[in-house]
Formats: sequence, structure tokens, C-alpha cells
Amino acid sequence: MTLLSLQAVTRSVVLPDGGRLEILRGVDLDVEAGDHLSIVGRSGSGKSTLLNLLGLLDTPTSGRIAFDGKPLERLAGSRRDRTRGRDVGFVFQQFNLLPGRTALENAMTPLLYARGRQFWRRERIATDMLERVGLGDRLHSTPDRLSGGEQQRVAIARALVRGPRLILADEPTGALDVDTGTAVMALLDEVAHASGAALITITHDPGIAAMARRRYRLDAGVLSAAVTA
Amino acid sequence: MIGAFVEAWAEFRVHRARVLLSLVGVAIAVAALSGVVGVGALATQAQTEQLERGGGRPATLVLSPPYNAQTGEQADPAVLAAAFDQIVERYAITYAGAVSWSDARIQYADGTDGVTLTVVSPAYGPMHRIQLSEGSWFTVRDEQRLSPALVVSDAVWQRLGAPGLATNPTVTVYGAQPTTAVIVGVLPPDPYGPNYQAYILSSGYAAIAQPSQTAALPMYEFWVPLDLADALMERIRAEVGSALGDGWIVDVQRQDYLAWGTSDPLEPIRIVLLAIAGLILFLGALSLVNIALVTVRQRVREIGIRRAFGATAPRVFLAVMLESVVATVIAGVIGVVLAVIVVQSEWVRAAIAPGLQDSVPFPAEAALIGLVAAVAVGALAGLLPALVAVRVKVIDAIRY
Repeated sequence: MTLLSLQAVTRSVVLPDGGRLEILRGVDLDVEAGDHLSIVGRSGSGKSTLLNLLGLLDTPTSGRIAFDGKPLERLAGSRRDRTRGRDVGFVFQQFNLLPGRTALENAMTPLLYARGRQFWRRERIATDMLERVGLGDRLHSTPDRLSGGEQQRVAIARALVRGPRLILADEPTGALDVDTGTAVMALLDEVAHASGAALITITHDPGIAAMARRRYRLDAGVLSAAVTA
Repeated sequence: MIGAFVEAWAEFRVHRARVLLSLVGVAIAVAALSGVVGVGALATQAQTEQLERGGGRPATLVLSPPYNAQTGEQADPAVLAAAFDQIVERYAITYAGAVSWSDARIQYADGTDGVTLTVVSPAYGPMHRIQLSEGSWFTVRDEQRLSPALVVSDAVWQRLGAPGLATNPTVTVYGAQPTTAVIVGVLPPDPYGPNYQAYILSSGYAAIAQPSQTAALPMYEFWVPLDLADALMERIRAEVGSALGDGWIVDVQRQDYLAWGTSDPLEPIRIVLLAIAGLILFLGALSLVNIALVTVRQRVREIGIRRAFGATAPRVFLAVMLESVVATVIAGVIGVVLAVIVVQSEWVRAAIAPGLQDSVPFPAEAALIGLVAAVAVGALAGLLPALVAVRVKVIDAIRY
């Protein structure tokens, strides 16, 4: 079943001089449950804008986006926020852990917006997830006491604690060295695969992109299937 | 809602140093507000007791000496005394008595000197909150003494050489004839300078009064329940009038401070003090809003991250608002505790309300006002940052 569908999506912004800048042009994309795809593009190619749309953080100028079969326009305001919290997990390039909070508190953050069992058992769930990403002994360490790779693993645990159906990784290895980046990416792929979540990796690193089963290229706002060697 | 509380508390814990620093002003303002209300209660009690010393406790009725409307002559003292006794018995008035003023001379080591005498009954002490620094006020047994009992001012006592009251010190009082009186009590020092005065019971005064002085009619005072004051005023007027017959002007009035007007005479002081405290709180709130606004701008990225993970706009609004309220409530509690410590301290009590007779606990309304003000300040100070937080654009914030 299609989890996320983009049809003829465009996104443009109005410039201060009144002109219009086309960032995305006619993007078509279907993401299935359990899918793993990568989107490669240079700086300014529209990757971040596409990420906003995929993460239900922005709306297209034209075209249609449907999440789990529901058109985006039917998911307005808080409903969209709740859907995003429940079904989408983010892994950011700069980790974006909350400073001053321990790894456990960071991993628990999304669960604060959950309801019922997930909310009340948030500490247990977050602990389990951190153990799963190999940080069982760093639960109470704050980000400034964690290495880059460890911080990204906390970020992965945080993205996964609510059991999202879609994981969006924005340059997940951009701040890591090659070996650590490859290890973190392998972990992300493994955990996403085990949980049945779709994984979309946005990167400019061909090596990381190559780990995906489907690969796309974003060039000047146009999304196309990447030519593999 | 619980999640928002949990989040607010976690925020407070993480940012406790900043939050606590920013809350110093609020804690001090709340302490000032509660303290002013608490000190106000002390001052009110002190002033009330002072007013009650002069005019008697509410409700004190005074029967002025009746006089004949045509001839101007005074009523027969015996008839008036009989009417008084009858009224006291009929209406079961526990505290009532005659009061008059006179003068005499007292023998000191260096000669005699004048003293103002207030001629009273044992009931006068509790009715007028008479305080003593030494000894005790008159009892009914003092009326049986052969030597009249005296309660003297501190100036008289000091001039007599401050004799220990356990030794039953005596003094010669010169009235109609020299009479030896026993000092049973001493008033506290007069803050406005030496005041040569003494209280004496009417039974004892009869022994020293000049004939012209005994002919003067006393006033009669009655301490009655507030809700019965008006009715009893009418009854006393009617009964005395009936005992004296036609043509006599019988005047019964209230003389306690509550009868001075419909409004509380201490209200203006209270309003001024509250206005000052309100201003302090307002300034505290302004500084809090300032810090909160700066802080929320520094936390734009964090808010963006929370929004990305499912925090709805109302939830972000509530969390930022609650964070402010949780913090100010803690500041409020600290402020109230400070106020209690200050207001209950002996030093403050001695400075604001020296010689307070009734114990005044820290007023509950002062603590309540402080806490309500803290919550209100927290909500107001949290409002602007919460509105800013809601308008954060998620991705822009994450890349902030």
C-alpha cells in the first residue's frame, strides 16, 4: 500500500522583488511501507523543501500530497501535527538533540506528545530503543558528553520511539566521519527495516545513497530516478 | 495536559539556573506583596487595639451624664447608679462600669506632685485593652481593700523608685485627706514622654475624693455585642429616662471606632500599601516578560524540534505558558515563605506593632494573594513568549 504519494507537486516562493522562484517542479513520488529510497542532490537543488513536504511540515504550491491515502489538505493544523508525531520520525544532519537533556530525555521527547500507554511507559520505551541502538550504557549522558556517532544514534532512537511508518533522514551522516557515517546509516537501515518503516534518506553522499533500494536525483527542482552504475 | 505539565517541569529543571535568576524579582515582588498584606494585618491589629484602648471595643455604648432640659441640673447620682445596676442585670452585660476623671497629689521622696486619676471599675481594663508592664489590673477583690488599689503610669512608678510590686508598695495620695494606696499595676512607658496618671477604682476613690468631686456624675460604659448595639442603645436610653422621669435629656452613643463611619478607617492605608505592592509586582513581571522573550527566541530551534516530533501549536503554547506559571508559582511559594519569616519575626512585630495583645497569625489571605499574584504574573509573562513560540516555522527553526 502506498504510504506517501506526491503527484505533480510544485513549490515556489515569492521573492522580495515580486518575482517567483520555482523550487520544486512537477515532483511525482510514491513511497511504499518498508521502502528505502534515497534522494541525492546538490545544495540549492530543493532537497530541504522536498523534505518539508515529505515530513508534512509544508504544503505544496500545486499538485497533491496524500499520506496513508488521505490528501494533505484534509490534515489541517493540529491534526497534521499529530499525524506527523505519530507516523513520521526525523533524523537531522546536526542531530538537533535538546541541549542539557540526557540521551534518555531526548529519546523520550516524542513520547511526550503521545497518548495512553506510549506516554505513561515513555521511559521504558525510550530505554529499550537506546539499548537497541547500542547506547544502553549512555542513558544519562548529555549531548556534550557524547561523540558525534553517539549523538546521531540518540537521534535515531528518538526518531523511532513512536514506531513511525516513515523515517526522514536529512543528511544523517553529514556531520560524521566516513566510517561512523556508514555504521550509523547501516544501523538506521537495519532498525527501520526491522520496524517495517519506510526510510527516505536525503543526502549528497553517493555512497550513502547507494545503500537505498531505490535512488532518486533532485536537480533544479526536478526529481528523477538516478542512473545506477 | 499532563504531558504539558511534565514538559514544563522538565524545562524548568533543565533551565533552573536561568529560571531561578529570572524569578528573583518575582519572588521578591511576591514577598513584598504578601509582606505588605501581612504587615498591613499587623498594623491594622495594632491600630485597632490602639483605637480600642481609647474608645473601647466594638460595640461600646456610653451613657453621658443626663441633665434636665429646663433647669440644666444633673441627675441624682444614686438614681443613675441604681438604673445602671438594673440595666446591667436585666441585659446580663458582663463588661460595664462607671468612668470619671479627677486629680490628686501623690507623695514622692522629693515632695508631692499632681496626678491625673481615671476612676474606673474592674471591667474597664478588658474593655479598653489596658496593658501593664508590671503587676496586674484590678479585680473585684480590689474593691474590698481598705487601702485603695492603684494602677500607675510608668512615670509615677519610676519617680517612686520603681518599687517591686511583690512587696505591695504603698503611696500616699492627697485628696480630701491623706490616704495610703497600694500599687497593684504599672502601665508601660508612654512613648510621648512622662505622663503622670493613675487608675483607681470608684470604691477606693470615694475615700480620697473631695466632696465637690464626688458630686460629679460619671459616664457609664457598656461593652455589648455588635449586633445588639442599636437595640440596647434604645433600651438603655428608655430605661434611664424612665428612672429619672420626664424632662431629662438622656444621651447614649457608641464610642468605639467602628461607629465613626460606615467605612473602615484603616482602608486608605491598606489601599496605598496594596497599590505599592502591586507596582512592585508589575515591575517584577515586566522583567520576567523581558527575560522570557529573550529566552524563547534563543529556544526557537528547540521549539522547532518539538513541533517536528508532533507538538501541536496549542501544546507548544500551553507548555511555554505552563513553564512560566510553574516557575512563578515556585517563586511565589518562596516569596510567601520569605514574607512569613519577615512578618512573623520579633523585630518586625516590635517595630510595626509594639505591645500587641492579641496574637495575629500570618493572614491566610496574604499568602493566597501572593500565590494568586504569582500565577497571574506567570500567565501574563508567559503569554507573549507563548505567542512567539506558536508562530515559529518548524524547518526554519530547526536550521536556526
